[in-house]
Amino acid sequence: MFPPAPNPPIAPTPAKFGEKDLIRKSASSITPASPRQTEVAKLIDVSKCIGCKACQAACLEWNNLHEEIGTFNGSYTNPPDLTPASLTLMRFTEWVNPETDTLEWLIRKDGCMHCEDPGCLKACPAPGAIVQYSNGIVDFVHENCIGCGYCIKGCPFNIPRISKVDNKAYKCTLCSDRIAVGQWPACAKACPTQAIVFGTKDEMKNWADGRIKDLKSRGYQNAGLYDPPGVGGTHVMYVLQHANTPQIYAGLPKDPTISPVVEIWKGVTKYVGFAVIGIAAAAGVLHHLVAGPNRVSEEDEENAEKLTGSDRT
Amino acid sequence: MTNSWTDIKNTDLVVIMGGNAAEAHPCGFKWVTEAKATRGAKLVVVDPRYTRSAAVADYYAPIRQGSDIAFLNGVINYCIQNDKVQWEYVKAFTNAAYLVKDGFGYQDGLFTGYDESKRDYNRTTWDYQIGPDGYAMVDETLQNPRCVWNLLKAHVALYTPDMVSRITGTPKDKFLKVCEMIGECASPTKTMTSMYALGWTQHSKGSQNIRTMAMLQLILGNIGVRGGGMNALRGHSNIQGLTDLGLMSNLIPGYLTLPTEREPDFPTYMASRGFKPLRPNQMSYWQNYKKFFVSFQKMMWGPAATAENNFAFEYLPKLDVPAYDVLRAFELMKQGKMNAYICQGFNPLQAFPNKAKLAEALGKLKLLVIMDPLETETARFWENHGIYNPAEPAKIQTEVIQLPTTCFAEDEGALVSSGRWLQWHWPAGSPPGEAKTDVWIMAQIHLRLKELYRKEGGAFPDALLNLQWNYKDPHEPSPEELAKEMNGYVVSDVVDPNDPTKKLLEAGKQVAGFGALRDDGSTACGCWIYSGCYTEAGNLMARRDNSDPGETGAYAKWAFSWPANRRIIYNRASADINGKPWDETRKLLWWDGARWTGYDVPDIAPTAKPQDVGPFIMNPEGVSRLFARGMMRDGPFPVHYEPFESPVANVIAPKVRGNPVARVFKDDFAQFAEVASPDFPYAATSYRLTEHFHYWTKNNHVNSVLQPEFFVEISEELAKEKGIAQGGWARVWSKRGSVFAKVYVTKRIRPMLVDGKTVHIVGIPIHWGFVGAARKGFPANQLTPFVGDANIETPEYKAFCVNIEPTTGPVA
Repeated sequence: MFPPAPNPPIAPTPAKFGEKDLIRKSASSITPASPRQTEVAKLIDVSKCIGCKACQAACLEWNNLHEEIGTFNGSYTNPPDLTPASLTLMRFTEWVNPETDTLEWLIRKDGCMHCEDPGCLKACPAPGAIVQYSNGIVDFVHENCIGCGYCIKGCPFNIPRISKVDNKAYKCTLCSDRIAVGQWPACAKACPTQAIVFGTKDEMKNWADGRIKDLKSRGYQNAGLYDPPGVGGTHVMYVLQHANTPQIYAGLPKDPTISPVVEIWKGVTKYVGFAVIGIAAAAGVLHHLVAGPNRVSEEDEENAEKLTGSDRT
Repeated sequence: MTNSWTDIKNTDLVVIMGGNAAEAHPCGFKWVTEAKATRGAKLVVVDPRYTRSAAVADYYAPIRQGSDIAFLNGVINYCIQNDKVQWEYVKAFTNAAYLVKDGFGYQDGLFTGYDESKRDYNRTTWDYQIGPDGYAMVDETLQNPRCVWNLLKAHVALYTPDMVSRITGTPKDKFLKVCEMIGECASPTKTMTSMYALGWTQHSKGSQNIRTMAMLQLILGNIGVRGGGMNALRGHSNIQGLTDLGLMSNLIPGYLTLPTEREPDFPTYMASRGFKPLRPNQMSYWQNYKKFFVSFQKMMWGPAATAENNFAFEYLPKLDVPAYDVLRAFELMKQGKMNAYICQGFNPLQAFPNKAKLAEALGKLKLLVIMDPLETETARFWENHGIYNPAEPAKIQTEVIQLPTTCFAEDEGALVSSGRWLQWHWPAGSPPGEAKTDVWIMAQIHLRLKELYRKEGGAFPDALLNLQWNYKDPHEPSPEELAKEMNGYVVSDVVDPNDPTKKLLEAGKQVAGFGALRDDGSTACGCWIYSGCYTEAGNLMARRDNSDPGETGAYAKWAFSWPANRRIIYNRASADINGKPWDETRKLLWWDGARWTGYDVPDIAPTAKPQDVGPFIMNPEGVSRLFARGMMRDGPFPVHYEPFESPVANVIAPKVRGNPVARVFKDDFAQFAEVASPDFPYAATSYRLTEHFHYWTKNNHVNSVLQPEFFVEISEELAKEKGIAQGGWARVWSKRGSVFAKVYVTKRIRPMLVDGKTVHIVGIPIHWGFVGAARKGFPANQLTPFVGDANIETPEYKAFCVNIEPTTGPVA
C-alpha cells in the first residue's frame, strides 16, 4: 500500500509555494524561480480504477462547483464531456482486445495533465492568465483570463473549457490550494483503491514501476507509464495496461505535442516582443493564424485536432 | 462476514460471485486491490454482466442469473473428481464422516418428505444416525455409503461441466478455468475469499446460493483462516447491526428466537433449545441459550422478570406464522388485515417487489407513519406523478404522518460493519429543522402509549407497563445508556460458591462479556453477542488504535468486533488437528502445548485440547456441515432450481417450478410469467450502480450529476434484433408493470446459450423514482415478482422475465 494521504492540519499552515515560485507566466517574460521545488505528480493507475467517480464527486465538492444534472447518453460517462464545472471526468470505453477477443472496460480519469511544457500557457495571449509553478503545477489565474480559447487549441489533450457564465477558461488546478498546505489533491484523497496517488514525480515513477511489474506478471505485456516526452513529460501520469496504444483509453493521444502553430507563435513573440504589440494585436495575429472564431465550435475543435496532430477520435 | 474487510488483503484468490463489490462496496474493495497489488492475488468475477468488478478482474466468466447453485455444485463436483480437497480439514472439521439416516433420499429435484399441498417438507429423515451412546455415528474412513461425503459426491455428480454449461450458459472452457483457479486453493497454504451480496440473497433460493459456496469453502479448507471465509457484503451502513438486533420478525436480539404458538410456556420453549452435544467433548455453545435469553428478559422487564414468572416469558408475543416478513405484511395490508404501519428508515414502495401491489396495499391502510431523514416515495405514495406514480389521491383515505429524523452524521452511536465491527461515531453536525433522533421519537411513542394503558387499561397492559425504562432522561435515552444495556450488567451480587466472602459479580457493574451471563436473573443483557463492547473498561467501540502486531489485518484494538472482539470466527480452524497453523506465513492461532495463543481471540476455550474440541462451537457436532440436517427448509444439500420466472424449464427437474418450498401468495402466482413464456422472453435482473445509494442519493445533487437518469442495459445483439438505438428509448414490461427507460446498448452484456436456446439479458438499475434531485424515472420494482427466499423471504429481484420494445420517450 502506498502511504495514505495525510489528514489536514488543524493549525493554519503557510503555503509551500506561491508567486515567487513561478517558472512560466503566459505572455510575460519572467525570471524562472531557481532552484526549482521538487516536482510533484499525480499517478493514475488505470488498472486499479473501479470507475466509482469518487474523484469526480470530490472535485465538484472541494472546488464548490455546480454541474448540471444531465441525461443518460448511452454510457456511464457523465456528464458526456469535460465542462467548466467538471474539471475531471471518468471516461468509459468498452474495448475488445483483438489479441484475446476478450472485453475490457477501460476507465480513464480525464483532466489536465499538467504538462512540463504546457501548450495552453504557450498559446495564451493574456499576460499572467496561465502560470506554471516550479513544482510543475500549471494553473489558470482567472482574473487575467480573456476567454479567447487559445489555451484549448494549445492543449494537446483538449482539456480547458470556456464558461458561458463568465467567459473564462477552466481546468483542473491539481488542487494547488491543497498541495500548497501539504495535502493531496481532492480526487486522490477520495479515491478508495489508491488508483490515484500523489507525491514527488520521482516517487510516482518508482511506484509506477512496481505496478507495471505486477501488470506484466498478469499478462499485460505492454503495461507501461504514460509520461509523454512530446510535452516534456507530465505531472499527471497514467499507468496503462496497454501503454503501446493509449488511444484506446477514450482517445488519450499516443504522442502528444504542442501544435507547431503555437510553437511558431511562441517564436514570433520572442522576436517582436509582447510588450510592444499589446494584447489586442497579439490576439488578432494568433486569431488569424488559427483562423477560428473565439467561440469554440465543433469545427473549431476539429481544426484544433488537426493542428495538434493528435490521433484522438 | 466470517472474516473482516481488512483481512481480505491476506487472500490469494478473490471470488466475486453473487455481488459486485467494486460497484456496491468501493471503499471496502480497496482490500481486494491491496491483496492483488501486494500478494499477487487473483480476482475472479462470475456475473451475468461484465461489471465494474470485472473491469479489474484477472478472469471473468458470464453466468445466467439464477443458476449459481448449478455452477457451484459443478465446482464442488470438479473438486471431488480432481482431488482438489483439503482432506485433513474436511475429515477433522466437517461432518463428511457422519452417517445419515437411511430414510433420507433425493430424486428428481426433491428430497424425502415433500408435501406439495403444503409446499413444505417433513424433515425428520434429514438427520444423522444416532448411536446407542446418544452421539451421532461417524465413519472416519469415509467408506460407509451413508456417510455425508458419499451422499454429497453422489448428489453433485450430476453437475458435470457439460451440464453446468447447459444450465448456466457459462461456456464450458470458462467454467473449467474458474474451477481450476478455485481448485488451487485446496492447498493448505492457499486461500480463497468469497465476497457476495444481494446477487445471491435476492433469489427464491438465496440462502442455498450462499450455503453452496460455504460448502465449497469448507472442502477447500478456507473457513476460519486468514484470507478465507464467507464474506457477506452488507448493503446498508449498519444493516449488520440491525440484523444482529432482530431485523427478522421471528428473532430477538443476538439471534435468539421468539416463541411460536406451539411454545406457550417457558419449559416447552426451552425443550427444543437444549443443544445437547452430538459428539463427545464439544462445546455446543448454544447450550448457554437460557443464560442469554433470561438476561435479555431481565434487560427488558427488570424486577418484573422473576424466576417465579419464568422471567416474564408470558410477555413475549407467540408467533402464529413462521414470520411477519415484509412480503407478508404487505399481503396483509392488501387484504385489509393490517391497518397501521410504522415505516422507520425504510422506503418499501421502492424497495419491495411489485410496486402496483405495494401502492394498493398502502392505500388500504388507515395510518402510515414515516420516520426518515429524507423525503421518500412511500411517504408520497398517494400523490399523483403522472406515469411515474399514477395515484388517485381522492380515492385514498390513508392518513400519512411524516416524522423527520436525524441522519447518521447528526447523531451518536455505533455502526456495525459487514465485518462485525461495532464502530462508535460522533455527530458531525446538528439536525436541520424539526428533525429528531429515532430514539427520541420512539421514546415519546412509548411513554404516551404507556400513559394511555395506565389510564385506560387494555387487553394485556403488563408487558408494556412493566417494561424497564431507567434512563436519566426518559424522553431521550442516551446512546451510552443503550449501549451499556446491550453489553449487559450485573443485577444482583453473585458470590463464589466456595468462598462466600468473595463476589464473582457485583451488582451495578458492567459484565466483561457474555461468559459472565447467568440464567438465574442475576445478570441483564440486551444483546449477548455484543457483550464486551461497553464494559467497566469503558466504551470499547470507541477505540481507535490501529496497531496491528504481525500485520495480520486483525487490528484487535480498533473498535470492537462481535463476538468477544473476535476478528475471524471459527479461527481455531486456522490450525490443523494438532493445533499447528496450516500456513506458517499466515498463522492466526496455534496451540503452544498448554493453551491457544496467537493474534485473535480463540473461539474455543483457551485450554481446550486441539484434538478434543472442534472449531465450529455453535454446532452441537463441533464440526461444520456439508449436510445441513433439517436446518434449512429447502434441503440439506443445495439443488438447482430455476427462478419462478425463467426463460427455460429446469433441466434437472423439469416438473419443479421455482423453489418447491418458497412461499407464494395465491394472487401473486397468477402474476408470474409462465416458464419460457413467449410474452416475456428475456431474463431480467436488477442491481445497484456505484454512483447511487439505493433511493437516498437521488436526493443529492452531485450523485444525480454522476448518474442522472434511469436506463436499462441490453446487448448489441438484442438491440439489433429489436431495433433499439444506443441511448434511445424503450419500454420494458413484466406481467406486473411497465417502465420507460433510456437504453444502454453495451458489449458488457452478451446473449447466453442455455439448454440450446439463446437467452437475452436485460439489466435494470434500481435507483430512480418520483422524488428527489435526479430526473424522474421508474424504479425496478415496478417489474419484480412478489416472492421471496424459502428460508428468509428476501425477494427475488435478481431473476425474472420481461419483454422490451423500442418506443419514444414517456409523456409525463
